[in-house]
Amino acid sequence: MRDRPSILPLAAYGLRFEMAGIRLIDGVDLAVGSGECVALLGPNGSGKTLTLRLLHGLDVPTSGTVRWATGSDKVAGRKRHAMVFQKPVMLRRTAIANVRHALDAAGFPRAEITERAAAALARFGLQDLAARPARVLSGGEQHRLAIARAAALEPDILFMDEPTAALDPSATRQIEAMFAELKRVGIALVFSTHDIGQARRVADRVAIFGKGRIVEEGPAEEILAAPQTGEARAFIAGDLPW
Amino acid sequence: MDGAFAQAFKLILGLDAEFLGIVGLSLWVTLSAVAISAAIGLPLGALLAVCRFPGRGALIVSVNALMGLPPVVAGLLVYLALSRAGPAGFLGILFTPAAMIVAQTILVLPIVIALTRQVAEDMWAEYGDHLASLGQTGRAAISTLLYDGRLALAVTLLAGFGRAAAEVGAVMIVGGNIAGYTRTMTTAIALETSKGDLALALGLGIVLLALTLSINMIVFGATRLWHHQLR
Repeated sequence: MRDRPSILPLAAYGLRFEMAGIRLIDGVDLAVGSGECVALLGPNGSGKTLTLRLLHGLDVPTSGTVRWATGSDKVAGRKRHAMVFQKPVMLRRTAIANVRHALDAAGFPRAEITERAAAALARFGLQDLAARPARVLSGGEQHRLAIARAAALEPDILFMDEPTAALDPSATRQIEAMFAELKRVGIALVFSTHDIGQARRVADRVAIFGKGRIVEEGPAEEILAAPQTGEARAFIAGDLPW
Repeated sequence: MDGAFAQAFKLILGLDAEFLGIVGLSLWVTLSAVAISAAIGLPLGALLAVCRFPGRGALIVSVNALMGLPPVVAGLLVYLALSRAGPAGFLGILFTPAAMIVAQTILVLPIVIALTRQVAEDMWAEYGDHLASLGQTGRAAISTLLYDGRLALAVTLLAGFGRAAAEVGAVMIVGGNIAGYTRTMTTAIALETSKGDLALALGLGIVLLALTLSINMIVFGATRLWHHQLR
């Protein structure tokens, strides 16, 4: 699928993160292979978002390491992982100018930017939004634009924080269709979600978080059907153990 | 008042060379000060918004306080610096338009830095993670903030323009109000008032207000054009 070396698999060992003396992430190990789709499940405050931020390099772990297969998260000078935030950041520009800005910031050659931006929107059927101001798009459209914008950067792996948390079922379906397209082209996905059904529908593997650690991890079907730990069982059953 | 309006129209329609010279010099000095302040203050304000260093809080308070610097004090400081015995006396620009531009820049710059810092800092809170995710730092990140903040920043420059266009103390001290050379609209108004020619003073005042209004209309038009892609 890809004609260049991949920075995957990604392997994180013993990630810990403390802020003001409080341990927010307490020993997370996680590996993600090429083209894999991993859902991070767990209650609010269990460390899903922070784990994504640590993997993406936005925060530096207090201890532990994030290791990429190529030894660096860059290939040919460009970072090969991208992130979509829970509340997508929309620049005060048109939709397509948002994509162009990201391509420029990420270091794509100037001459390719216009074409790549148009292609990125068209790939997900967003070409009609191109000239619209990004900040007046609906919540669902903003999320789709943010994913298209991140995908335009040709990452090997895309981190997404609660990509459908605030969306209605129809917008959620559109986002999940985008997931399918991203998987088809071989982009690995790591996303946090509260939606167990979504994890079941799209994830190959799930990691269930509780209190800053992964309490259970494995193939989505197995874990979601027969969780082994009490915490995971309670979360999947919809109890509120935390 | 009728006399003043008549006088104002006579000044404008008569295209009196001396009057046009005063208007032209006023615009030249004020717009130069705003342009220099923009070139320095916009990037500096944005830099102050995104950088964290010891003493940053004190620096922000100082810059904010300088927005209230009395023009006569700025004028006095520039006068001292540019006078023959002063540290910049060798330039020989005291009582020239250049000295007036320097004085007005000192008045406008704190406004541009302080307001840009606030605009950029609010945007940074929103954009920071996204730009860090894209690996955009330093000069590139600052230009993103300035470009996306252009609507608010246009108003910031208008505030700076207002400060410069309205002040009389600084240009009076460092320019000397020399007829045909350093006489601006505000210094002319002050002079004509003290001489008792209230009609001419009012006429000049009306022209000054009209110019300020025109410049604000131009900027408003420009921001309307941008507006459709913002928010």
